Amino acid sequence: MKLPVYIGLLDEAEATLASSFRVVADGHGDEPDVHFILQTFAKKCDAHREALKPVIDRYGEDVEGEEEHRLTANGVKEVRSGPLALMLDLQDLYVLVSHIDVTWMMVGQAAKGDRDKDLQGVVEQCEGDSELEIRWLQTRMKQAAPQALLVAE
Amino acid sequence: MTDRIADIWGERTPHGSGQAWPERVDQVLAEGLTDGDVDRWVQSACVLCSNGCGCDIAVKDGKMVGIRGRAADRVNRGRLGPKGLYGSWQGEAHRDRLTRPLIRVDGGLVETDWDTAMGRIVERSKELLASKGPLSHGFYTSGQLFLEEYYALGILGKAGIGTPHMDGNTRLCTATAAAALKESFGADGQPGSYADVDECSAVFLYGHNMAETQTVLWSRVLDRLDGPNPPKLVCVDPRDTEVARRADVHLAVHPGTNLALMNGLVRELFANGWIDEAYIAEHTANVEQLRSVVEPWTPEKVAETCGVDAADVRRAAEIFGTEDRVLSTVLQGFYQSAHATASACQVNNLHLLRGMLGSPGCGLLQMNGQPTAQNNRECGADGDLPGFRNWENPQHVEDLARLWNVDPGIIPDWAPPTHALQIFRYVEQGSIGLLWISATNPAVSMPQLERIRHILDKDSLFLVVQDIYLTETAQYADVVLPCAAWGEKTGTFTNVDRTVHLSEKAVDPPGEARSDLDVFLDYARRMGFTDRDGQPLLDWSGPEDGFEAWKECSRGRPCDYTGLSYDKLRGGSGIQWPCTAEQPGGTERLYTDAEFPTAPEHCESFGHDLLTGATTGETQYKATVEPGKAWLKALEYTPPHEEPDADYPLRYTTGRTAYHFHTRTKTGRSRRLNGAAPEPWIEMSVEDAARAGCQEGDIARVTSRRGSLEVPVRVGDIRPGTVFAPFHYGYWDTSDGGRHRAANELTVTEWDPVSKQPLFKNAAVRVEKLRSGDGPSKAPDTTASRRATGARR
Repeated sequence: MKLPVYIGLLDEAEATLASSFRVVADGHGDEPDVHFILQTFAKKCDAHREALKPVIDRYGEDVEGEEEHRLTANGVKEVRSGPLALMLDLQDLYVLVSHIDVTWMMVGQAAKGDRDKDLQGVVEQCEGDSELEIRWLQTRMKQAAPQALLVAE
Repeated sequence: MTDRIADIWGERTPHGSGQAWPERVDQVLAEGLTDGDVDRWVQSACVLCSNGCGCDIAVKDGKMVGIRGRAADRVNRGRLGPKGLYGSWQGEAHRDRLTRPLIRVDGGLVETDWDTAMGRIVERSKELLASKGPLSHGFYTSGQLFLEEYYALGILGKAGIGTPHMDGNTRLCTATAAAALKESFGADGQPGSYADVDECSAVFLYGHNMAETQTVLWSRVLDRLDGPNPPKLVCVDPRDTEVARRADVHLAVHPGTNLALMNGLVRELFANGWIDEAYIAEHTANVEQLRSVVEPWTPEKVAETCGVDAADVRRAAEIFGTEDRVLSTVLQGFYQSAHATASACQVNNLHLLRGMLGSPGCGLLQMNGQPTAQNNRECGADGDLPGFRNWENPQHVEDLARLWNVDPGIIPDWAPPTHALQIFRYVEQGSIGLLWISATNPAVSMPQLERIRHILDKDSLFLVVQDIYLTETAQYADVVLPCAAWGEKTGTFTNVDRTVHLSEKAVDPPGEARSDLDVFLDYARRMGFTDRDGQPLLDWSGPEDGFEAWKECSRGRPCDYTGLSYDKLRGGSGIQWPCTAEQPGGTERLYTDAEFPTAPEHCESFGHDLLTGATTGETQYKATVEPGKAWLKALEYTPPHEEPDADYPLRYTTGRTAYHFHTRTKTGRSRRLNGAAPEPWIEMSVEDAARAGCQEGDIARVTSRRGSLEVPVRVGDIRPGTVFAPFHYGYWDTSDGGRHRAANELTVTEWDPVSKQPLFKNAAVRVEKLRSGDGPSKAPDTTASRRATGARR
């Protein structure tokens, strides 16, 4: 059974995303909407990890010898500077969130296959948050792109 | 007429439920004049608050010399408030009026002629368009201009230049009203009518100090309260306002906790079965989500979070749930707070759950703060497309392109129109090089003023300011354009209950001042903006051309003006839109048939997530909408981002006084109004003042993470833990340029994610005594700021 690999992957990815949200939030304090909303999103990641705890207790989060199958996306360790900084940082977050979103989808499929109602419930709650994060990132990047690409000094 | 500085609301003319509000004509003439001295009376409506009272201007020897209310007008039946009576023409007659254009030369502003001033603007404008394109231009306007002026500005910005960077100071007052109406009903526009005051059995005022923000409307409420079968009154406000003093239930919530209260009130409706199941099923969507979001909000939990009594929450909910005709009004206390749109939507939800819309007394007014804010939203000079069109709907953009005969590609529709604080951010970053500010004063009215001053002062910015006085903002301008004021130009405007008034030119503007419309038309001409056939984009010869053009733009949209004309607006009362060939007398209430403009092809917005402001998008909207049904939108409560702590233990909130409007550009120049409230103050409770070692009149320093104020203390009946400051005061009239008196030195740059309205109503501060005063503060004793009586409940 390989589901524990993916559960471990999710837990790790949510942790990476939470810290990335916080890095970008702190680094873009002059963009108040970004600053506050990303902090809210980071808290959601924390909540997702909490929700995963009982799942991990049941399944474990690792399978011996499967480490090389860990699919990891690098988190954002520091924000960039310059006129494109905000957009590039948001785009990095977008990649991370999308990665998590599709991972939740796959875990959700496994939960259905396993008729695991508890895990299905966790997935449902968390998938909605990922989807919202994607929509917000798209909304904000759409707003920022023309100014950043055409006019910024 | 009594002295309306002392007696703000005037004599009572009580009326009972369902009776017409009696007439009472208020009038002021210049000292020594009588009616017989007046050469002529010119029809208008008052612009010194958002109420939109019909009035006539007295003219003698080519000068404005008086004002009186129009008895026939549906809005005021002849009444006027202190600002209209003492600050209308008097606030414009000051010797400080700008009479010639100014340009910056060697660091200073010097007088010049219009050709030179406009030439400078056009030169810079063309240079920036050539080198950086349309996104280098930003326009920040007002809630003070006329419909025709907004529409001209909307066209030249969206179809001449092609910039999405246009907004009004309506962002600081009514943006949430518009957002909440769009989210719930699919389009902007107030469902209710002022006449609902005469018909209702209960009135709820949410964050709306009507007694000071709309004194004439409050007279109407007082006349019901003092008449037979008075309505029950519920007030949500942290201050002990005149409204609170008359209320059956006063919910003095902590600033920043409105949404928790609203979730609790909605929950009580569900829990007690005070809902209209049939209406909900037939005319609304999303009820289950609403039910689950509010479920945890028991009266006890609300009490704990908001700092109110659970019994009062129950009592307020019972009034809403059991009275048969409830009128709700909402204003800045909700709009300038965390979760602004979500909280305002919950008011809409209360009405939807009871099916209480579209019938007499069942009014819902998401109020405006300014007289022509509605026009700004309609005409597209702010963050909307003209005629309540949806920027995400290509067909709506095509409509506008056809109307203006331009390529649809020039109309910026690729993202939401840029909101005010983002425009200033782009200036801060240097990507907006030309900012054109008309009839507003961001150097005093924006949040976090130290930052705003820095932005206005940037070398990379070419700043154009058009106004009637040299405001704090104009001091930073590269070009200052002197404009005509109310009574000196003709145009229409629309108040919050959709009443359209015509305001006619009574006198000539001083010196070389021109109407804002003339300025915009002149700029469009000089820039050579043309349509697809090479004809001038704006070929209007005057305001009436603009009104006729606007009528076409509004055709078929929710705000349909096609049945109106200047002639029709002359002589009688204002008329409410929609006004069409089918409804020539206008429309008193919207949604009488519970048919809402949510169909994808018709709606103004596909909606947003209330927590983040993420757009829903066309695909998801079309997949989930039930056309014609209203949305019951909900959001879980979370605490505001800045909460009191050990360093900043008090909650700071701002608001108005009855005697001033905005940054006192006009009212501060009226002798009577200035005398009534000549300088700023802070209000503290008896307990908090004692803790800070302050007595009435002592000078205190109030500090937040952004700046500080040094102003006298008024010890009042505000709820403990909360500090209030009036937001009107800047520094144009101080001898030392003292900047530590503007309330917005302290406020935070943060906004509601959906409506983008700044959070003026919640910041964390500390207060220290600086020195003893030499007497009581000069805060008015006639209003919410009166000295503590110990009467606070």
